[in-house]
Amino acid sequence: MVRLEKRAQPSQTFAYLTPLLAVLATFLFGGLLFAALGKDPVQSILTIFWEPLFGEFAFYYRPQLLIKGAPLVLIAIGLSLGFKAGIWNIGAEGQYIMGALFGAGFGLAFYPAESVLIFPGMMLAGAFGGWIWAMIPGILKVRFGTNEILVSLMLVYVAEQFLASMSLGLLKNPEGFGFPGSRNLQQYDSAHNAEIIAGTGMHWGVVAALIAVIFAYVLLARHRLGFAVRVTGEAPRAARFAGVNPGRLILFCLGTSGLLAGLAGLFEVAGPAGQVSIDFNVGYGFTAIIVAFLGRLHPIGIVLAGLLMALTYIGGDIAQSQLGLPAAAIQVFQGMLLFFLLALDLFTNYRLRVGRVEAA
Amino acid sequence: MDLGAINPILLIAALMSAATPILLAATGELVAERAGVLNLGVEGMMIVGAICGFAIAVETGSPLTGFVAAAAGGAVLSLLFALLTQVALANQVASGLALTLFGLGLSALLGQGYVGIKPPRMGDVSFGPLAEIPVLGPTLFSHDPIVYVGLLLVAGTWAVLRFTRAGLILRAVGENHDAAHALGYKVVRIRTLAIMFGGACAGLGGAYISLIRVPQWTEGMTAGVGWIALALVVFASWKPWRVLLGAYLFGGITQLQLNLQGAGVAIPVEYLAMSPYIITIVVLVILSADKSAAPASLGRTFHASN
Amino acid sequence: MKLTTLLAGAAMALGLATSALADGHEKTKVGFVFVGPIGDGGWTYEHNKGRLMVEEQLGDAVETVFVENVAEGPDSERVMTQMALDGADLIFTTSFGYMDPTINIAKKFPDVKFEHATGYKRADNVSTYSARFYEGRAIQGHIAGKMTKSNIIGYIASYPIPEVIRGINAAYIHAAKVNPDVEFKIIWAYTWFDPAKEADAARALIEQGADVVLQHTDSTAPQAAAQEAGNVVTFGQASDMAQYGPFPRVSSIIDEWGPYYVARTKAVMDGTWESMDTWDGIGAGMVGIGEITDAVPADVKEEALAMKAAIADGSYHPFTGPIKKQDGSDWLAEGEVADDGTLAGMSFYVEGLTGEIPQ
Repeated sequence: MVRLEKRAQPSQTFAYLTPLLAVLATFLFGGLLFAALGKDPVQSILTIFWEPLFGEFAFYYRPQLLIKGAPLVLIAIGLSLGFKAGIWNIGAEGQYIMGALFGAGFGLAFYPAESVLIFPGMMLAGAFGGWIWAMIPGILKVRFGTNEILVSLMLVYVAEQFLASMSLGLLKNPEGFGFPGSRNLQQYDSAHNAEIIAGTGMHWGVVAALIAVIFAYVLLARHRLGFAVRVTGEAPRAARFAGVNPGRLILFCLGTSGLLAGLAGLFEVAGPAGQVSIDFNVGYGFTAIIVAFLGRLHPIGIVLAGLLMALTYIGGDIAQSQLGLPAAAIQVFQGMLLFFLLALDLFTNYRLRVGRVEAA
Repeated sequence: MDLGAINPILLIAALMSAATPILLAATGELVAERAGVLNLGVEGMMIVGAICGFAIAVETGSPLTGFVAAAAGGAVLSLLFALLTQVALANQVASGLALTLFGLGLSALLGQGYVGIKPPRMGDVSFGPLAEIPVLGPTLFSHDPIVYVGLLLVAGTWAVLRFTRAGLILRAVGENHDAAHALGYKVVRIRTLAIMFGGACAGLGGAYISLIRVPQWTEGMTAGVGWIALALVVFASWKPWRVLLGAYLFGGITQLQLNLQGAGVAIPVEYLAMSPYIITIVVLVILSADKSAAPASLGRTFHASN
Repeated sequence: MKLTTLLAGAAMALGLATSALADGHEKTKVGFVFVGPIGDGGWTYEHNKGRLMVEEQLGDAVETVFVENVAEGPDSERVMTQMALDGADLIFTTSFGYMDPTINIAKKFPDVKFEHATGYKRADNVSTYSARFYEGRAIQGHIAGKMTKSNIIGYIASYPIPEVIRGINAAYIHAAKVNPDVEFKIIWAYTWFDPAKEADAARALIEQGADVVLQHTDSTAPQAAAQEAGNVVTFGQASDMAQYGPFPRVSSIIDEWGPYYVARTKAVMDGTWESMDTWDGIGAGMVGIGEITDAVPADVKEEALAMKAAIADGSYHPFTGPIKKQDGSDWLAEGEVADDGTLAGMSFYVEGLTGEIPQ
């Protein structure tokens, strides 16, 4: 008889070991999948994981990891605070869109004026856009007790429609020959979130992600608010006795995650993406939820998880091009990786006991 | 503008068919959620159902066999979710999202040989003279069998949840899994069955799109219907009849906006497309006064030693 | 080290690779960046068929690579860079949204040739290409105007952009020319791809009396809806959709990228590649007209084929005056032919169409 027994303390060893085990399991099953598709499994996996980091053109791919990973980390950090406290914002995708729209809208309103104040203003506007979008489920939750999971999810669809409307209407590039999409902010110096040092992938979004990681780390480890977050998640009733105001905590967690998601959207639209278009959002808000859990809701873990996800995207595209693997196979491979990472985390908190069932 | 061009009878008939995929998927998800499981993988299960149903229907020439295969495909995929959340105790939100990612990829791999093929057609149910009744005939008695399966499924789910012991146990597990466990119910087993039921229904819903509504196979063809089904369950405050109402409302708004456009009414399409979601939020707010609506253990992980 | 210097180094390495090519030791490498999956049965499916034609016709002399489902924005820039680094000589980027990314990356790889579909920005190593689908729409409009009995033609449009508006105008002008009573009912689906919604849109149009349905979305869903209704005429879009012939699908507009891809790849091999703006139609074979079936009366078929021939040899332009705009103002005088600039950015309806273009 095999059964699970909860550990008194989460195992440190397994906390570090399970991600490795999960990656190995994914190599095995993913390799089988690639072999079934008639590709060399070892070469496929090397292409996905080795090529971007240490291959011939790693000098180009490594900075790309930052570009792809930064929005994931920035959003996931915000989400993790709420998740730790049992507050479920799954609408970061919508907050990301609204941040981009507010931020880009602010910048474009001043076009073509050049001023050093425009980009900071856009950052404020973007953060505000994400924040206000997350405040809707926040206030509804505090005021009426409405389920924030669902309200935040619904608002993603509202934001997507709003995005389509903006790219075809108000924000449409007047010099774009009637095509949808805004002006390209990369060509508007004051609004451009350019690389701080060319070729490093370091743009302000990466800086913001790093600051957010440090901020979250300090908050959780040292600050009273971090204590409130942790205790609310682990023992909501004890939290009340400890003097935590649940309403304020909800607004803080949702607000922070919305703000960071909004900033992520702004940095993306003003930098790597450049313009508001109908398909501007590519699912960072949803992927970040997975990143938050893969990182075990820990700031450092989230950085690693964000980079890992970015790696599979970048490596996956290389494998498609070099080996002719279908995009769908890469998607399945990513799915497997997530499954194993999620499933094997079990051993951090539980141990397997082999033996007879105890009476009672 | 020519509103006279819109025939309300045909509009109702059309929305009954249009609402069927979300109705099926939402009913399945409702059962899972009543058992306390939030499965965000509906979209993934639907698309896997869509290709399983399509492939088998094409290979066997029988749409009915296709639907059976779709239900099986959805259920098998949902078993992965059950394994993750019930055995490995993984977080349900993350597992559901991963399931959708996996399902979209898997369906595309399975469907590689089926692009551009026309599937066998499923005929309408013949009600004989009933179909000749004015108004009622075309709205109620002129559909394919799956529309009626969907309606029966809602009725059946309602009856089982409300009147049977099985339904009572399911709800007990969803309300308070610790108490249910203390009473000797197998929480994990019941939840796994509920998840599989959800998967099978989502699979049926997906196959309805690939075999009847569209009918063709293309990658990603469910185009977000699974997410609407999730919204619908909440909109319905976990009550089967309200799922039906909500499905018709969601389907109806789409049908109505398409019809209004056809009739030449200038409507802001994006804003109308937002409206079901905004209505859902409003309904949620109204419902939140009623604390009994949501299953109390929804989304929470259960382990017997807790 | 700066990226630009590194990339320049890589580009130099590429230059070496290209000179190796002259010796005939290296294959010409052609990259394709796709916005959707190759199994979408429409836009990307047809581009991929073009890629396969390159492989088939040029055989061992070329190697093609592709990445599907590439989001517009930074992902597309990365994929293009990666192809260029891997030694691609020519890269086709097949979605409007890749326009600025293509220009960005082309700057970094001056020795690699880029071809961007449907855009309007060019550079020394960036060409643009697009198809005059409106030529096919004109033929469709003619057949539709002749075949409708209810005088109501339904049109499923995707997004209100010039490409789609141009198609509506071309179809309407030629339908109204042969049938002045004809009325267009237009539904904007606000999606490129959502088969279920396309089916709903087709049904709504049919229920409102349309007996011809034209579509500017790529799935076969409207075909199936028409078949179910029984007496509704449709046309294939993007691919031939012959499986719905001979009725309801009576003809089709087919995206034929293959010949262009082969020609441009050859140009790179011969060293004759130059940056240019290609906007080809039926004449050059970029727009294919699928077989007109016998469901179309013989005389109508003959007229349609005559129009096709006239468009192909350049003797007839689908936008030839007199044509007025919807508000009654003059656009083209008698015998005047629309210039490409106006067509490319078309954002108005012609006279006779009802309703407004949504904003």
